[in-house]
Amino acid sequence: MEKCRIIFSGSGGQGIITAAVILAEAAVLHEDMMAVQSQVYGPQARGGVSRSDVIISDSRIDFPKVIQPNVLVCLTQASYNTYSPMIRPGGLLLSDEKYVSTDRKAEARQISLPMYEAVMEKIKKPVVFNICVLGVLISLTKLVKPESIMKVLETRIPSELVKLNRKALDIGIQMGAKHFRG
Amino acid sequence: MINNIKFIQGNEACVEGALYAGLDFFAGYPITPSTEIAEMMSIRLPQIGGKFLQMEDEIASMCAIIGASLTGHKVLTATSGPGFSLKQEALGYAIMAEIPCVIVNVQRGGPSTGNPTHVSQGDVNQSRWGTHGDHAIIVLTASNHQDVFAITVEAFNMAETYRTPVILLFDEVVGHMRERLVIPEKGDIPLVQRLKTAIKRDVDYHPYLPREDGRLPMSDFGEDHRYNVTGLFHDMWGFPTDNPQVVHGLLRHLVDKINNNVHQIARLKEYFLEDATTILISYGSSARSALHLGSALHLAKERRTRGERLGLIELQTLWPFPYGIIRQKCENARFIVVVEMNMGQMLHEIKLAVNNPEKVFLANRIDGELITPDDIKKIIRLIQGKGV
Repeated sequence: MEKCRIIFSGSGGQGIITAAVILAEAAVLHEDMMAVQSQVYGPQARGGVSRSDVIISDSRIDFPKVIQPNVLVCLTQASYNTYSPMIRPGGLLLSDEKYVSTDRKAEARQISLPMYEAVMEKIKKPVVFNICVLGVLISLTKLVKPESIMKVLETRIPSELVKLNRKALDIGIQMGAKHFRG
Repeated sequence: MINNIKFIQGNEACVEGALYAGLDFFAGYPITPSTEIAEMMSIRLPQIGGKFLQMEDEIASMCAIIGASLTGHKVLTATSGPGFSLKQEALGYAIMAEIPCVIVNVQRGGPSTGNPTHVSQGDVNQSRWGTHGDHAIIVLTASNHQDVFAITVEAFNMAETYRTPVILLFDEVVGHMRERLVIPEKGDIPLVQRLKTAIKRDVDYHPYLPREDGRLPMSDFGEDHRYNVTGLFHDMWGFPTDNPQVVHGLLRHLVDKINNNVHQIARLKEYFLEDATTILISYGSSARSALHLGSALHLAKERRTRGERLGLIELQTLWPFPYGIIRQKCENARFIVVVEMNMGQMLHEIKLAVNNPEKVFLANRIDGELITPDDIKKIIRLIQGKGV
């Protein structure tokens, strides 16, 4: 596999850092790949533009930060405005319809989906929004298997919440599948 | 063996290494970006019957680990910039009283409270000379989690071998990023245990009387023997003295026990050195950027044939600085580029080490961001007269 460089961006509290850690951990622990995850610390982590970088590869990763992402996830307008110019030409830019108006030209495939709305309609709990985003992401990129994400989740969350997260992941996977291009 | 594989932060890898080495006492005062070390210790140590103490400040934390070490425990404290400044006085005490202990400094931007959530490597010289008086010190570092684990175990081994404080000088990037760590099986890395005296209870024990090999067996404080420990120059009983001969002998001993063993203490990694014309020297997270660049150029074989042959030395022992090793490895290089995130702290030592200091250049970044492979490449091109 070529190196995949991902930036998750949004506002503090949306769970983007958790999503980044879960994805990278799934790749390392359950798919035998290399991954490095880092994040912006400081006031951003408590509101404002928040960011987490993930690199997944089948070989050693030296430089741990993402300079030009293949995949960019933007969950707020501010993060879209900040990071969309960074994307690698031909990359994938995933955003949420409710929060982001994709009004900029980017040399990337921009996919805007109603992920938040779907979670609120079918689950009614915003807390699993980030897992739905992860579902879309793995459905579009095939980076890791859904089972690997679930294995990580099972070690991180109370057992009574596993089903809820599975449901959110599946909603995301189904949404993403419609846009998957082999 | 999935239980042995972890996806964790560098600070957690340090905790795993310390526990593997047999650590059972931690005292500290949390500070960004080292906080996860204290946090993990507060969870893990009670589970294995060890002790975690959150002290009132960094000075007290340093003093607490000195006391605990004297009673026979393997000990650690962890801090960052401002906290490391506070520890300096007690660090000198541990050097003088020859107390095995390990101090982690996860560097952030300074001086003062500086740039708490951002990366820097500005404490390299403080770790060498931060405490007053002539002394030698061991300072180790690492750039990835497997090495953080291994070098932490080494730090405990060296602390026991040389009866000295050992400083682990990490940085914010390595401390906070997450990557894979494979925890070695018990026994895979040898552990050095405390050298204890064979002298029985109620028989005279001289805490500072070296054996023939120069080592000083210890007696757990509060157990079989009563003895004195002081920060003053002391005789073989541990009592203060200003006898010039004893003062001279003790200071020589404190310096020689480390500086005469530079080759045993030196740890470094080499990449693509065999035919390198330009050698990068780096350590900690900036070494990852240097390695990224070196690997990329190494893969692009045609570039090497065009003369851009880049090698890398990654330092893991910063102090005592291995002057002889660096001189020998850099003999044939046309350019030596020191990659670090400060105003040139290791640069100075490398200029001292090599035959032609005018061929040594600095590639640095001091704005709180990790230096990138592109930053280094641009500086190399300038040095080589190729423009950016």
